[in-house]
Amino acid sequence: MTEPHPASDGTDADTGEQWDLVVYVTNASPKGQRAIENLKRACEEHLPGRYKIEIVDVLQNPRRAAADNILAAPTVVRRFPSPIRKLVGDLSDSDRLLLGLELRPSGS
Amino acid sequence: MDSTLHAGLTDGAVGPDLEKAPTGIPGLDQITGGGLPKGRVTLVAGSAGAGKTLLGLNFLVAGAREYGEPGVLMTFEESAAKVALNVRSLGFDLDQLQRDGLLAVLAFRVDTSEIVTAGDFDFEPLFAILDDAIRRLGAKRVVLDTIEVLFGAFGDDTIVRAELSRLVRWLEDRGVTVILTGERGDGSLTRHGIEEYVTDCVIELDHRVSAEICTRRLRVVKYRGSAHGTNEYPFLISARGFTVLPITSVALDYAASEERVSTGIARLDHMLGGGMFRGSTLMVSGTAGTGKTSLGASVAHSACARGERALMVLLEESPDQVLRNMRSLGIDLRPWVDAGLLRIWAARPSAFGLETHLAVLAGLIEDEKPSVAVLDGITSLSNGILTTELASSVARQIDLLKSRGITSVITALGPGDDVSAISVSAMVDTWLQLRNIEANGERNRLLFVLKSRGTAHSNQVREFVITDHGVELVDVYIGAAGVLAGSARVTQLAAERDEDLRISDDLAGRRRELNRSVIEREAHLVALQDQLDAERTEMQRIDLRAGHQVADTRADRSEMAARRWADDAKNNGEPQ
Repeated sequence: MTEPHPASDGTDADTGEQWDLVVYVTNASPKGQRAIENLKRACEEHLPGRYKIEIVDVLQNPRRAAADNILAAPTVVRRFPSPIRKLVGDLSDSDRLLLGLELRPSGS
Repeated sequence: MDSTLHAGLTDGAVGPDLEKAPTGIPGLDQITGGGLPKGRVTLVAGSAGAGKTLLGLNFLVAGAREYGEPGVLMTFEESAAKVALNVRSLGFDLDQLQRDGLLAVLAFRVDTSEIVTAGDFDFEPLFAILDDAIRRLGAKRVVLDTIEVLFGAFGDDTIVRAELSRLVRWLEDRGVTVILTGERGDGSLTRHGIEEYVTDCVIELDHRVSAEICTRRLRVVKYRGSAHGTNEYPFLISARGFTVLPITSVALDYAASEERVSTGIARLDHMLGGGMFRGSTLMVSGTAGTGKTSLGASVAHSACARGERALMVLLEESPDQVLRNMRSLGIDLRPWVDAGLLRIWAARPSAFGLETHLAVLAGLIEDEKPSVAVLDGITSLSNGILTTELASSVARQIDLLKSRGITSVITALGPGDDVSAISVSAMVDTWLQLRNIEANGERNRLLFVLKSRGTAHSNQVREFVITDHGVELVDVYIGAAGVLAGSARVTQLAAERDEDLRISDDLAGRRRELNRSVIEREAHLVALQDQLDAERTEMQRIDLRAGHQVADTRADRSEMAARRWADDAKNNGEPQ
């Protein structure tokens, strides 16, 4: 369930490299849907064309969740750029979303 | 308190419908009346290093190996590799159990610094992972160690609390038997109060250091629907895993044997009415160097000679030292050690606490299954002093030995008449005291039988003599001068022999004298008889002569009368 996006101008996160994000959700849970929506919106705003999001349904793939050290859902993991960041929740708190993924541009 | 426990376990308070899942931990199953509540959640609380994880693992391994109940360990504190490594020394091969599909280890790292919370969440992945593992193995047991780390890591503890509460109910619905571990908090059982969700069974582990001795204790804080021991029970983590030691004499139901077992000292056997009863406990107390170890060694030696297994626990000397010393006394234990009949185990008691010692003993008994055990120098367990604490520990050791039907000898340093010794003595069946008496520049050992249950035992004191061919008992000299032993006894006996000799010499002389006198007097008697006979003969002769003379006179007279013509017959023969 990877959704690559074409690279684009690189406004806020300035490196130009593609971000690698994974969202762990429980299928059909409203919290999960909200998290995915919130994440996509933030990425479109701050990383247009420079991110990919993998969505893992932990109910379908519990062993993947176990291997990836995922206990809570929804969880977003920033695999790249390093360091690895973990963001837990439906991401309804956009300030914490930007803070947690370090998407907020410096000085804004 | 022992009796209340016993009563509590038997008074029918245990619901018949309450199924239990045995933990496989010796002692814990005993005090809980069979194990943890089956299909329910148990909280094991305690400080760091108290043994929570190990208790949980023991529960899982026992389930997998012995009760056909596969298990899942979910740990939040250590990596799976580290968990397996930590318990390998305890004989738990977690890797093998995992390969056999009897165990799943799920390790999670909860790194607070890595996690940022942004909005509402739940622990569905945790549920899903657990559910998957339980299904895959057909698991009946689950350990969550230590779930409390989830608090604080996710920012919003309200959600964590609600989710944990939901998890406990979810696990109970699945019918698996669960252990949750929790870290002790200030003034509460666990730091985050998770005992609130666990209503069925709570066990507290404690880990105290006093007088430089570390003591681990376990307490069943609550057990819904089941009677349980409420005391604090010492427990041990040893090479065999987790062992809980129920308090002394939970049940005084040892089988009493009529069989007599030799002590290896014939005269001691005789003093005890034929030997020790099998399964009984003999205590030997005495000051240093009175021969306590020799007596113990003699009992072990005798057991091995009968082909029985024996165990010697030495707390004062090394095995080599004792083997050498005993061989010089003609008690050669080496062949028994080589033949595997005798196990000698020595330890510096200061190396670990009383509870540990007790557990080690339990392990040795488990391994060796001896019929005779010698505990040499129990007083060393508390720096040579028989304290109340030691007395309680010794009582538990005796209890352990008795419950296994092991004939045992316990040696204790000390004069043996202080209060603690007496409190221990109540537990032993036979109490021998070895006492040194010092006189004439030497020390000699005396043996007293202070008590011997169920036996018409000798009330006499014996001298305990250690020779190069074993230990012997010798009658002591008891006389006006008191009890004499050693060379004083020998001297006294020699003096007595001399006296006897002197007396018999005297008598012989006297007899000879009398004999001589008798012979003399008999000779005298013969002479006197001869004289008597002679005198009698003479007397007869005289009588005879006198008769003739009268007749002659009468004849003379009648002749004269005839001559005078006298015819008066009346005057015939009578002188005028």
